Amino acid sequence: MAPLRTTIVSVVAFMITASLMNRASAGDVELAGFVQAHAVARMSNVDCPAGTECAVPFNEQRLQLKAEGGNEAGSLSFLGKIDLIHDSVLDERVGEVRELYADYNSDNFRLRSGRQIITWGLGDLLFINDIFPKDWVAFYSGQPLQYLKRGSDALNLDLYLGTTTLEIVLSRFRGDRLPDSRQFVMGSPFSPLLPYHIDEPTGAELALRLSGNLASWDAAVYASHGYYRAPALTATATEVYGFYPRLNTLGATLSGAFANGVLNLELGYYDSVNDRGGDIPAIENSQARFLVGYSRQLGQETQLGVQAYAEWLQDYHAYERSLPAGFALRDEVRTVATIRFTQRYFYQTLTFNLFAFVGLSEGDSYVVPSVRYAFNDNLWAELGANLFGGSRHGMLGAMGDNGNVYLTVRYAF
Amino acid sequence: MSLPTWRIPGPVLALITLAWVSGAATAAVPDAQTIVANSLQAFYYAGEDMRARISMRLINAQGKERRREMILLRKNIGKSGEQRYYIYFRAPPDIKGTTFMVWKYLHKEDDRWIFIPAIKLVRRIAADDKRSSFIGSDFTYEDISGRAVDDETHTLLRTEELAGRAVYVIESRPKTRADYTRRLSWIDQQRGLPLKEEYFDARDEKVRVFTADRIEQVDGYWTVTSRTMKNLQTGHRTQVRFDDIKYDLGLKKNLFTERYLRTPPRKWLR
Repeated sequence: MAPLRTTIVSVVAFMITASLMNRASAGDVELAGFVQAHAVARMSNVDCPAGTECAVPFNEQRLQLKAEGGNEAGSLSFLGKIDLIHDSVLDERVGEVRELYADYNSDNFRLRSGRQIITWGLGDLLFINDIFPKDWVAFYSGQPLQYLKRGSDALNLDLYLGTTTLEIVLSRFRGDRLPDSRQFVMGSPFSPLLPYHIDEPTGAELALRLSGNLASWDAAVYASHGYYRAPALTATATEVYGFYPRLNTLGATLSGAFANGVLNLELGYYDSVNDRGGDIPAIENSQARFLVGYSRQLGQETQLGVQAYAEWLQDYHAYERSLPAGFALRDEVRTVATIRFTQRYFYQTLTFNLFAFVGLSEGDSYVVPSVRYAFNDNLWAELGANLFGGSRHGMLGAMGDNGNVYLTVRYAF
Repeated sequence: MSLPTWRIPGPVLALITLAWVSGAATAAVPDAQTIVANSLQAFYYAGEDMRARISMRLINAQGKERRREMILLRKNIGKSGEQRYYIYFRAPPDIKGTTFMVWKYLHKEDDRWIFIPAIKLVRRIAADDKRSSFIGSDFTYEDISGRAVDDETHTLLRTEELAGRAVYVIESRPKTRADYTRRLSWIDQQRGLPLKEEYFDARDEKVRVFTADRIEQVDGYWTVTSRTMKNLQTGHRTQVRFDDIKYDLGLKKNLFTERYLRTPPRKWLR
């Protein structure tokens, strides 16, 4: 299997690099990792189509190995995280390079090359300027949050210009991992008999972030030149054809202390380069996105965060005119509110967390309650659920047949 | 607006010394406010900057133990009581590599940021409640980074001896609502360090006890290198040891910025 081979090659290359670095510089290499079991049961009685895992759509065991180190001076360092996964549901064994990069640090810059996770922007599970690849399968199946992010294969140069930092990321395209019919029940406008053919972009992507402090606020501006991470699909007589349309973005964030809490402001403009007129139904129209978030402590171990988010579809009339029959019409402005409530007990060994998306314009909802208990420093277990409700035409409500409960147990070493 | 400083006027210092040397504590005792200011200075502000490796043992009533290990970098900014803290977690494995930064101010809320390495996320976090537990220990954020002298009103109750040291016994009451209504401190008359503290709740029951278990002189500064905070209601306690302490390293101000939150400075973290 190709991914497994790639993984083995990466692991071997990584081990060699690590051991060379270790010998050459008398630096230190630290090894760590975890084993994790994760199982998911579908909640409601759903008539799953043939070919979709129904009662237990996910059940996997995972070993993550991590190595990191560097030379004594701190100029060279590296990190590698490899996951080996046994998927009992799909009966697959897969290896995945989560991260594998080397850093060169100098006084005025840092160059990070290799597979790396990059997180930009301020939204809590709402993304505007975080245009980097994500794994929605992991997210909707209740995997720990770190698995929502996928690594980018990139050269990442941070330039330290006094008190500001300019980050330049040159990357190879990597798409989002999207729910598919093997494990999710979703309506599709296309005949299930048609094969999919999806072309991946070959060009590089460029993303820039300039950040610094304004008074006592953290401020940043962003720009990117790349692609949407979900394909635009059209059906022909023989297949469903997909490609990743071009996307340019511009944005800004501001974050600071406000009224005994933290206020986050974020905005962005998504320029849909291949559909600037807004009349190609398969391609997303351009959008303006806005987010306001506020979080604060309510008590000694109680935290509350709220967000309001809006997506404003540009060229709405062109979109309306060109939408084929049978497709649900989206609102011109989609609004979502979120709430996060966290309460800790017993010296922070027991954590109750509730995250809820409320689709204000679409009348749907997505609620994620969870409870985690840390048995000791190495072992924790989390029981949670992904609950979808409301209108099936909404983006969240469309997932309605995929409500689930999950259990994750992790032993870290 | 100029903020009150910790600096004790020379004559007062001379009087403290004189009082201690002569053993005539009753003759020239500084006022409680000055004693506490002096103590905060000795306990939280020693040197221009410092680095230490901190090991915490979190022990519950059944004797079950959890451990936290971290590197602390701290720098004083000017004379107004402002400080910067940088913490790099080394253990347990699930939070290893997490970094935490505090810009501490005496007369407004601190700025706090955390970096979560698994998703390379820097997040500003709300710092409204300084009485929250620091990483599940019996110490609060305020216990770690200190409080302002005028957050409480102080009364000198008496002078006595504790473990062979002459101490002032001070009672402090918070001016705004807190999780304790009063605090007793046994402050070393000569070194200024708190040797013991007791916190009382609204029913005037003793709820937490701090003890300085070991005090050593490091780079010329008297330092509490081993301490315990015990919660008498839950039976939970936290023992903390400071190792590899160094003062006045010349840590630069820009070490305490997002840059180093994302890329921990290996040089200072070994």
